Amino acid sequence: MRSIPSRKITDAVSRLCMQANFELRRDVLRALRRAQAAEKNSRARRMLEAIVTNAAVARRERLAICQDTGLPVVFVELGQDARVAGDLKKAIVKGVEEGYRKGCLRDSIVGDPLKRGRPGFTPPVLHIDIVPGNKITLAVLPKGFGCENKTQLAMFNPTASWRRIKDFIVGAVKAAGPDACPPYVVGVGLGGTAEYACLLAKKALLRKIARPRLQGAGSTRRLEKELLAAINKLGIGPMGLGGATTALAVSIGTYPTHIAGLPVAVSISCHALRSAKATL
Amino acid sequence: MELATPLSSRTLENLRCGQEVFLTGVVYTARDQAHVRLAAALRRGAKLPFELKGSIIYYCGPTGTPKGKVIGSCGPTTSRRMDALTPLLLSKGVAAMIGKGNRSSEVRRAIKRHKAVYFVACAGCGALISTYVQEASVVAFNNLGPEAVQRLRVERLPLVVAIDSRGKSVYKD
Ligand code: SF4
Repeated sequence: MRSIPSRKITDAVSRLCMQANFELRRDVLRALRRAQAAEKNSRARRMLEAIVTNAAVARRERLAICQDTGLPVVFVELGQDARVAGDLKKAIVKGVEEGYRKGCLRDSIVGDPLKRGRPGFTPPVLHIDIVPGNKITLAVLPKGFGCENKTQLAMFNPTASWRRIKDFIVGAVKAAGPDACPPYVVGVGLGGTAEYACLLAKKALLRKIARPRLQGAGSTRRLEKELLAAINKLGIGPMGLGGATTALAVSIGTYPTHIAGLPVAVSISCHALRSAKATL
Repeated sequence: MELATPLSSRTLENLRCGQEVFLTGVVYTARDQAHVRLAAALRRGAKLPFELKGSIIYYCGPTGTPKGKVIGSCGPTTSRRMDALTPLLLSKGVAAMIGKGNRSSEVRRAIKRHKAVYFVACAGCGALISTYVQEASVVAFNNLGPEAVQRLRVERLPLVVAIDSRGKSVYKD
C-alpha cells in the first residue's frame, strides 16, 4: 500500500483547475490552427484566428479562456494499491474551491437545481474508478454549459442501421447550430446503459485529438472520420457564421451492451475544450 | 465600421446583417436571473437600475476580476435563453443586444418591430474580449454574483450584426 496525503490531491486539483482554464490544450490549439490553414471562407479564418489569439491572451495573462469556467468534472483513477490518507472526496472538492478562487474563475454552481440561489464554486461532478497500480490519476474537465445543454441521448433498437445512428449524431450537432460556440469537438458514447453511454461520450472528450495522418486506423476511427466529414458539411462554421469548420474532431468511446439495445450519447464540446490531467 | 453609444435610430436602421462593426461606449451586462429581475421590476412599475431606453444589453456573466485587471474573462453567453423576456425589454426601448447564437422567430419579429439590432461577439473568447473593456462596475443585483448587472465601458469591441432592424438574420434557420 502506498499512502498519498490528501493535501497533495487538493493541491493537484487546484493546479489542474487553473491549468485547464488558462491554458488551452495543445492538441485543441493545433486542431484550430490546422482548421485555420484549411478554411477557404475568410470570415471563418478570422474567427479561428480570434480563438487562437484568445488562447494566447488567456495563457499569457492567466485569464480564463472563457468566462464560463464550467461545471468542473473530475475523473479519478485510483490505483487499488494506493491509500489516501484523509478524505478523498473532500480533498478534491477543496482543491476545486481553492483553484477556482485563486484563479478568479467563475462561481457558476448553484446549490439547488430548482431553488437556484447564490452561486458558488463547488461541488464538482466526480467520476471515480478503481484501476490496477498504486498511483492516482486526476483529470479536470471544466464543462461549459452552453454546449452541455446540447447533449443528446437516444436508445436505438439493436437492429438500427448505422445510417440512422449517424443521422442522429449529425442531427445533434445541427441542433446545437451556432449557439454552443462552434467549432465543436463531438464526443460520442456507443453502448453500455443510458448513463454509461453519456459517460463514454464525456470521457471521449478527454482523448487527445490526433493529427490527421495518425487518424483512420481501426473501425471506430473510420466512423469518426465519416462523422466528422458529414458534420463539416453542415456549414455552421466557426461562431456559426459559416465555413467548413463546424467540428474539429469526433471522438467515439464504445462499450459492450445488451442484446436488446444500443444506447447512443452525444456530448458536444465548444472550441474551448479544456482539460488537464496529472498522476500522483 | 465604427459605432459609438448611444446608437441613434438612424445608425441602427442602417446596419445590415453580416456587417462587422467596432463598438465604443457603454453596455450593461444582464443574463438569465437579471432578466427575471428586470422583468419583475417592470411589471411592478419599480425603478430600474439603469435606463433601458437606448441601452445596449450584453448577455454576459464575467469571471472574478484578477488583481490589477479591469475585469476578468467576459465573453457572451447563449442568447436564446433570454428569448422569452427579450420582447418585453425591447418594448421598453432597449436599442441593441450582444450575445452569441441564434434567436427565436418572436425575438426576430420584436427586433424588427422596435427597429433594434442584435449583435454577436466572439463566442468563447472571454480573455480576448476583456482587453476591450476599460471600465466595469456593478450597478445592480450584486447578490447574483456573476449574474449581477455591470456597466461596462468598451473600446472598439468587435461585433457582427446577426439580426438587423429589418429582422434579417445572418443565420440560416
Ligand atoms: S459553450 Fe464553451 S466557449 Fe461557449 S460560452 Fe460556454 S464554455 Fe464558453
